Amino acid sequence: MNLSLDAAEQMVTQAIPHARELGIEFVSLDGKRMTIKVEQQPHFIGNPDTKVVHGGLITTLLDSVSGIAVYVKTERFEPLATLDLRIDYLKPSAPDLPIYAEAECYKATSNVAFVRGQAHQGDRNDPIAHSVGSFMLSTKGHSMRQEAERELNNAAP
Amino acid sequence: MQLLDHIRAAQDNNDYNEIIRHIPYMDWLGIHLEKDPKDGLLAVLPFTERIIGNPLLPAIHGGVTGAFLESAAQMTIFAELGTEKLPKIVNITIDYLRSGRPQDTYAQGVVTRQGRRVANVRVDAWQDDRNHPIASAHTHFLIG
Repeated sequence: MNLSLDAAEQMVTQAIPHARELGIEFVSLDGKRMTIKVEQQPHFIGNPDTKVVHGGLITTLLDSVSGIAVYVKTERFEPLATLDLRIDYLKPSAPDLPIYAEAECYKATSNVAFVRGQAHQGDRNDPIAHSVGSFMLSTKGHSMRQEAERELNNAAP
Repeated sequence: MQLLDHIRAAQDNNDYNEIIRHIPYMDWLGIHLEKDPKDGLLAVLPFTERIIGNPLLPAIHGGVTGAFLESAAQMTIFAELGTEKLPKIVNITIDYLRSGRPQDTYAQGVVTRQGRRVANVRVDAWQDDRNHPIASAHTHFLIG
């Protein structure tokens, strides 16, 4: 099953309750590179003096976009589990500008997928964070997979 | 009031929830600290529907678990080192060990090394049994 643009967008904006809560928007799917973004909100702030967002928000964005990048690569809607995620915070976020997170799955074996990603605020060459993560593929049994597929098929217009 | 004033008040009163209440993101997630019956402080992430990442299981969003570990590590630095500056995260490496079930999650950190500028903090998160963590992280923070 191919992951259509609509399905990718649906997954980003609708299927994940916490992503909905943050107001994550789909930006683009460019080859295997998936990009999402959020507009800044007052409750994202991690330092009230400087208005820099909390690192945890960046973690959530990179975890989300990395997972979707795996689906883009494998073109299989199967439950996956994050094995590990490493994030380097390169510079503080600027207040008010939206935060973009992008990721690309550069290798998937039958069991594990490897993803790199970064977060920026409009200039891809000036990232605020960089990430590498690995994901375990097909983590649940058949019935679970069917259920996930049904869910996503229903979600996709 | 600047954050520094709240940090000083927290240090004076030995109540680090005072700091969390002024860090909007942590406060929004409902993160707070409780006294660990064994020793030190426990960070608590209360379960709410809005932190779900996988609605089928359901499971807590891995990003929120990561954010919780980072927050707990940050608060560990305040409590253990008595620092007056908000520690700045340099990096975090999270191992996901089990899926986070729809219930409250706990975390405790330990400063494994304190330098002049950098502190290393290890932190575990668990649900029912702290010997079966759902996630574990090591972090570096700038404290200078």
